[in-house]
Amino acid sequence: MRPAGRPPRCRFIFRWDHPPVLFELREVGFSRGGRRVLESVSAGLPAGATAIVGPSGSGKSTLLRLLNRLADPDSGEIAYRERPLGEYEPLALRREVALVPQLPALLEGTVESNLRYAAGLAGREPDVSRALRLAGLGAEFAERDVGRLSVGEQQRAMLARALAQEPRVLLLDEPTSALDHAARDAIEAALVELRRELEISFVLVSHDPEQARRLAEWVVRIESGRIAGCGPLAEAFA
Amino acid sequence: MTTAALSTSIHVSIGQVAASLALVALAAAVSYWWKADLERDIGIATVRSLVQLTLVGYAIKLIFEADTIWLVLLLLAVMVVFGAITARHRATKVPGAFRPLLIALALAGASTLGLVVALGIFEPTPRYLVPVGGMVIGNAMTAAAVALNRLGDEMADSRARIEATLALGATAREAAMPTVRRSLRSGMITLVDSTKTTGLIFFPGTMVGMLLAGANPTDAVRLQLILLYTLLGSVSIAALVATGLAYRNFFTPAQQLRDLEAEPAETPA
Repeated sequence: MRPAGRPPRCRFIFRWDHPPVLFELREVGFSRGGRRVLESVSAGLPAGATAIVGPSGSGKSTLLRLLNRLADPDSGEIAYRERPLGEYEPLALRREVALVPQLPALLEGTVESNLRYAAGLAGREPDVSRALRLAGLGAEFAERDVGRLSVGEQQRAMLARALAQEPRVLLLDEPTSALDHAARDAIEAALVELRRELEISFVLVSHDPEQARRLAEWVVRIESGRIAGCGPLAEAFA
Repeated sequence: MTTAALSTSIHVSIGQVAASLALVALAAAVSYWWKADLERDIGIATVRSLVQLTLVGYAIKLIFEADTIWLVLLLLAVMVVFGAITARHRATKVPGAFRPLLIALALAGASTLGLVVALGIFEPTPRYLVPVGGMVIGNAMTAAAVALNRLGDEMADSRARIEATLALGATAREAAMPTVRRSLRSGMITLVDSTKTTGLIFFPGTMVGMLLAGANPTDAVRLQLILLYTLLGSVSIAALVATGLAYRNFFTPAQQLRDLEAEPAETPA
């Protein structure tokens, strides 16, 4: 394992002036129903804002799910903060590395009850209005029933719910894919604000390279389950 | 309850049974005229009920005459195993459903029969344990099968919500609890509802049988109440144990939701 502070490993780009490695994937493979979804994926994801981009079905979301052990790779190894993921207790890992899925899936009840549930899992007393504000929602949303929210509001409530746990890393799976432009812009603004206000890293999966340009500092390109490129934003799209 | 209270009996001739087949013919005729395509199933159901009940009748007669508790326990064990196999066919979306069903039916049967004997409601003799055990295990089977059938559907429908909850660091139990709760409710609600309407909309079988056999209506009602309450207990235990054990099969030890679509399908026994 590489010592802290050294640059992330990547098949194509290797530099010494990058932020420290958050996740390091080494020869990671994953199959589903006999189909190889990921093949020999080796890449480093640094602290900060990373985007995993690629076409639909390229294995981006699968890769994201491996990062907080919603699934485990068939082969290879993933390390988080220089420790293999297998050494982490899965529940504790997920409270530190929170995943916000592509489609909103809130629990029945109000927005606040969802936030309290998530914070309770992490053993925290939630600051509901702060979490809502960070996710771009007004305090009045706390009492709203989740069944009466628009998809965009639900997605921001999902973000607020994850933030209520005060995670160190956010994994965002296509957070705006189901939204119109206005809702997408609101979520993106919330993410930019989040990065400015909190010491939090995020890994964003997106099929849209433009979104990666707007939000990320580091980009991993993936095609047909293989790494097609990786590096700082300016170089990844050069 | 004493044996004397239930000792009334009537004689039913083969001719009377044969005459009742007229109603079966009526059912087949309805199916034929309305093209419901159930004639064949009605025929199979009639023959199977005749053969199965006749055989069971002889088996029960033998067990009554042998008057030994071991034969009763053997019969109940066979009922539990066949009940679990039957229920498993209705819970095909639940991985490894047989084991939870077997444990659920065995526990439901043992605890409720044990309780009614311990409380002195029934004597521990074949005359009581065989019919009551059959009812208890049969109803427990139906409840457990309905609950697990619902569990399989709900786990598939709620997959996104369950995984989103796991992603927050919830345990498999915490993530699945709303689903398990709804499945448990499904398993129990039929009997709870029918118990609510007992005597108003329908007369339950035991009471009808006793009245037909010439028993005192008060005795018939009391026995029916005992059986209804016994069944409520057994159904709740069966649904609770079956769902409480079966939901775990949807998860890995690392609290991950298993990807059942990507796994080879199980073939029910």
